[in-house]
Amino acid sequence: MAEPIRIVTPLTKEKALSLKAGDSVLITGTILAARDAAHKIMIETLERGEKLPVDFTDQIVYYVGPSPAKPGHPIGSAGPTTSGRMDAYTPQMIEQGLRGMIGKGYRSDAVVDAMKKHGVVYFAAIGGAAALVAKTVKKYEVLAYEDLGPEALAALTVEDFPAIVVVDSQGNNFYEIGQKPYQKLEI
Amino acid sequence: MRTVDVADITAAVAKMSMDANYYLSEDILVALKASEKKESSSLGKDILGKLIQNAGIARDEQMPICQDTGMAVFIVELGQDVHITGGSFVDAINAGVAKGYTEGYLRKSVASDPLFERKNTQDNTPAIIHIELVPGDQLKIMLSPKGFGSENKSALKMLVPADGVAGVKKFILETVKKAGSNPCPPMVVGVGIGGTMEKAAYLSKKALFRPITRHNSDERYAKLEAELMELIHQLGLGPQGLGGDTTALAVNVEYFPTHIAGLPVAVNISCHATRHAEVVL
Repeated sequence: MAEPIRIVTPLTKEKALSLKAGDSVLITGTILAARDAAHKIMIETLERGEKLPVDFTDQIVYYVGPSPAKPGHPIGSAGPTTSGRMDAYTPQMIEQGLRGMIGKGYRSDAVVDAMKKHGVVYFAAIGGAAALVAKTVKKYEVLAYEDLGPEALAALTVEDFPAIVVVDSQGNNFYEIGQKPYQKLEI
Repeated sequence: MRTVDVADITAAVAKMSMDANYYLSEDILVALKASEKKESSSLGKDILGKLIQNAGIARDEQMPICQDTGMAVFIVELGQDVHITGGSFVDAINAGVAKGYTEGYLRKSVASDPLFERKNTQDNTPAIIHIELVPGDQLKIMLSPKGFGSENKSALKMLVPADGVAGVKKFILETVKKAGSNPCPPMVVGVGIGGTMEKAAYLSKKALFRPITRHNSDERYAKLEAELMELIHQLGLGPQGLGGDTTALAVNVEYFPTHIAGLPVAVNISCHATRHAEVVL
């Protein structure tokens, strides 16, 4: 495997455009954590014409609902959750300046279209490798919606967080590209 | 008649909840290591290596293998000569889940009402509990915490007898293909064939409780498991759906007699971890 590309947040549009489907990356800096319930509230907030609790410009959002932190640890296990559940909300989040997403699984056409239009990257973290991912998290700070527990909107300080570019800003999809050579059965 | 006190059940369940989430089962670990050796995709190989590394960190640091510590699913074999004393059996299991998930720093992922309120119950209860009454005076409690990245990709179809083996295979392959990367492949695929609608679904879950090294004791179904494994690999999903040789670690099939007019098939998909714990009281 090729050496991973190092990314330091915020993820600028220029940097996002340079990433290609299939690239392995190591992310360092601050990323935001939000999943189903937080997204629902944020979209309702926007629809009321109000501002989001944080500025999403050039931010990377990680779809995660960590397990509780043990004493002395910043976070519990913290692998990615299924991104497709956020598809309904994602185009509006991209309109807010969101530059990257980390999760697992396929995205809708509407999400990929919005990504291409705005120069956004979708990364996959390794599903299930939650203890390994947790090791790269140095700090976890709840920013809003604390009552949601593991679904709260939070900031994660990460160091060398491993991920793979699955859909790049041109819409190339590494789930398709990667599977193709191994597909011996069409159904 | 033998008596078992509910306090012992609660204590055992609390420990099992933690153990199942911290320790990747040996059968799975062995299969992951064998797959890592064989995998021809370099990215796939790297991912399998990271899953093995993850299991080591979880074990050493007593932290969950996956942040989705699941809904707690139990299959209980209750000997008919066992007398449970001191309270309700179901309450005892739920008390064990609440204790284990709280004290073990496991994520509480149960919503109180599926459709309207969806409020977190805060202690991961209620558990899903299946009780089978068996001969003897032993109480065997088996737990498999089930994450929903994979559970959500499960499916059930009421086939007709004319669909036969080919129809069964087609439905299973379609379900796995559609699941894609969401269930965190390599998957363990539980299949239930026969019975009624709910029986097939239960059998598919029960199949996931079986160690992946143990094949169906009926030769014909064991052969079907092997054929399905081969066909699933040919789908090319690979580790995490990013392409490769390793799409599943096992296909476990369970079956039951059915009605002359029917052929129910259920596919319960599980992730690479397929967590387990069991105790005999």
